[in-house]
Amino acid sequence: MTPLSQLFEKTRAENRAALIGYLPAGFPSQQECIDAITAMVEGGVDAIEIGFPYSDPVMDGPIIQAAADLSLSQGTGAREVFSTLSAITALGTPAVVMTYWNPIERYGVENFAKSISEAGGSGVITPDLTIEEAGPWRAAVKSEEINSIFVVAPSTKDERLAQVTAECSGFIYAASLMGVTGTRTTVSSSARDLVGRIRKVSSTPVAVGLGVSTRDQAHEVAQYADGVIVGSAFIRLLQESQSMGEGLIRVKELAQSLAEGVRR
Amino acid sequence: MTVNQSEIIGHFGPYGGRFVPEALIEALDSLTQAYEDAKADPTFAAELEYLHRTYTGRPSIITEVPRFAEHAGNARIILKREDLNHTGSHKINNVLGQALLVKRMGKKRIIAETGAGQHGVASATAAALMGLECVVYMGEEDTKRQSLNVARMKLLGAEVVPVTQGSKTLKDAINEAMRDWVTNVDTTHYLLGTVAGPHPFPTMVRDFHRIIGVEARAQVLELTGKLPDAVLACVGGGSNAIGIFHPFIDDASVRLIGLEAGGSGIASGKHAATISGGTPGVLHGTRSYVLQDENGQTVESHSISAGLDYPGVGPEHAYLSDIGRAEYQPITDDEAMEAFSLMSKTEGIIPAIETAHALAGAIKIGKELGSEATLLINFSGRGDKDVDTAARYFGIPL
Ligand SMILES: Cc1ncc(COP(=O)(O)O)c(C=O)c1O
Repeated sequence: MTPLSQLFEKTRAENRAALIGYLPAGFPSQQECIDAITAMVEGGVDAIEIGFPYSDPVMDGPIIQAAADLSLSQGTGAREVFSTLSAITALGTPAVVMTYWNPIERYGVENFAKSISEAGGSGVITPDLTIEEAGPWRAAVKSEEINSIFVVAPSTKDERLAQVTAECSGFIYAASLMGVTGTRTTVSSSARDLVGRIRKVSSTPVAVGLGVSTRDQAHEVAQYADGVIVGSAFIRLLQESQSMGEGLIRVKELAQSLAEGVRR
Repeated sequence: MTVNQSEIIGHFGPYGGRFVPEALIEALDSLTQAYEDAKADPTFAAELEYLHRTYTGRPSIITEVPRFAEHAGNARIILKREDLNHTGSHKINNVLGQALLVKRMGKKRIIAETGAGQHGVASATAAALMGLECVVYMGEEDTKRQSLNVARMKLLGAEVVPVTQGSKTLKDAINEAMRDWVTNVDTTHYLLGTVAGPHPFPTMVRDFHRIIGVEARAQVLELTGKLPDAVLACVGGGSNAIGIFHPFIDDASVRLIGLEAGGSGIASGKHAATISGGTPGVLHGTRSYVLQDENGQTVESHSISAGLDYPGVGPEHAYLSDIGRAEYQPITDDEAMEAFSLMSKTEGIIPAIETAHALAGAIKIGKELGSEATLLINFSGRGDKDVDTAARYFGIPL
């Protein structure tokens, strides 16, 4: 069982949702990314998604696009992603990598799964990999015993929802709305409906992402989901802060506040 | 020869498929269904045929160009005149087909990406004709070098959104269009302008352009009494090329030659020759050849031609290249501009700079095959939109 799966057993026992934080590797720089994630964990984030910055992130809004561009301009690649992953798992925090498909294909499908496993990672979130194209990935994930996490959306029909969630382990990533990543003032009502539909076809934990940025939103989502995913809100704090020191304080404060939210 | 056995699920050998957010699957499935229904419905074909006859101006003519051919080994050179279509390029073939599908699906809003602006103009035109709202995403860089087409789109009532991310060209315009689509998929159809993207686009867009090759094959047979020795077309995403190639695929004696944008030369790294200089990978929802680095990041492409300035290519071309049925060669900016000038001055036809790449290819292949050979070239578009760029290139004061 991966550390990620163990986490969901623990949070279920504690009758709360897990708080999952996202940051792209190499943002704002290689070391500062690790510092910011450390601050997130100190504030109460339970698990980390490390983004593999990509040149053509069609699922991401302006905040993550800007962060990925900055990271790429500093030369972030697979090596930096895996070393960040190692640094986080060394803290004892469950961590996964979130990446568009092409960097995996370029690295080599089997090797990618192996490197995740070697870095102590629990799995990979693949936002643009469809189950139809997932054959080789399925095999690699199985042989490395890591989690494969697909993203489902409000538009996903019931029949397909059963097929996609059957391929997920660790958790199922439920996109809260039809759209790209970014902060929103309210959590779309479609999130609750989607999670309800997933419950009918799967017992795997469900985490909700896209648009969650405040304690109240986290609290609302925690009423019906097993995990709450927050990315853009952390990144925006780092982008807005005058110094890294200030950014780290604000990141930790947001993490503390969200951690209160996920406790029902 | 049988090719594309696995086309049913949108694959061309190892290429094609769907690499998209799950949020788009439902839209792609219903588009596939709408397209299958339309294909089975004779009224759809009749409607499209009527539009092509009374609006596009089809069939487009063929033109023999002997004065140009003197510079191409005196081969017999025949142009398929897609530049004479309404809106000035082949792009309208696909746009009218998809716009009719949009009507069948009951959607009211279309979005499109555009590089040279030709697909954007065609989309804005179809939107005006059919009473649809139209938003066109265009890289900021391209809005500058194709400013005439930006004005045309606005005159036609479309909204043009300049895209400032990344390389500010076609690739980034597609990213923005995909983001819009994910957000507004209930009401909106993404009218993709080339044979790339996730299934069903590569197959569907090809089918709408096949009319080019179907007409040209019959026209050349009638004119010369035999099949051409080679069929040439420029390749950006690959729509005009696949449109003219496809009806010739089973004619084993006919060479199919795609001309890619070689920019400053493959060795310079500044080019958009995806098959000649790229590697297999995934971009914009499909597996094909991609210009990418060792981390799988897309590398910026470079070409004097906005319509060819794209680091991907349609998956069917990747497959045709791998199995050896079609050949792909790079043409540099300078070679294309020389052919541009030659066609203008010897025949009185100003080509689009995209098209000029195919003409430069014809000069090379004509010299290689000599005066016995017949070459059919897809003359994909006219050069009005490029007058600015060409004048600058040749030092003509504006
Ligand atoms: C006249 C013309 N030819 C060719 C192209 C390249 O596209 P494709 O390769 O899809 O035919 C364009 C694209 O804008 C164009 O405007």
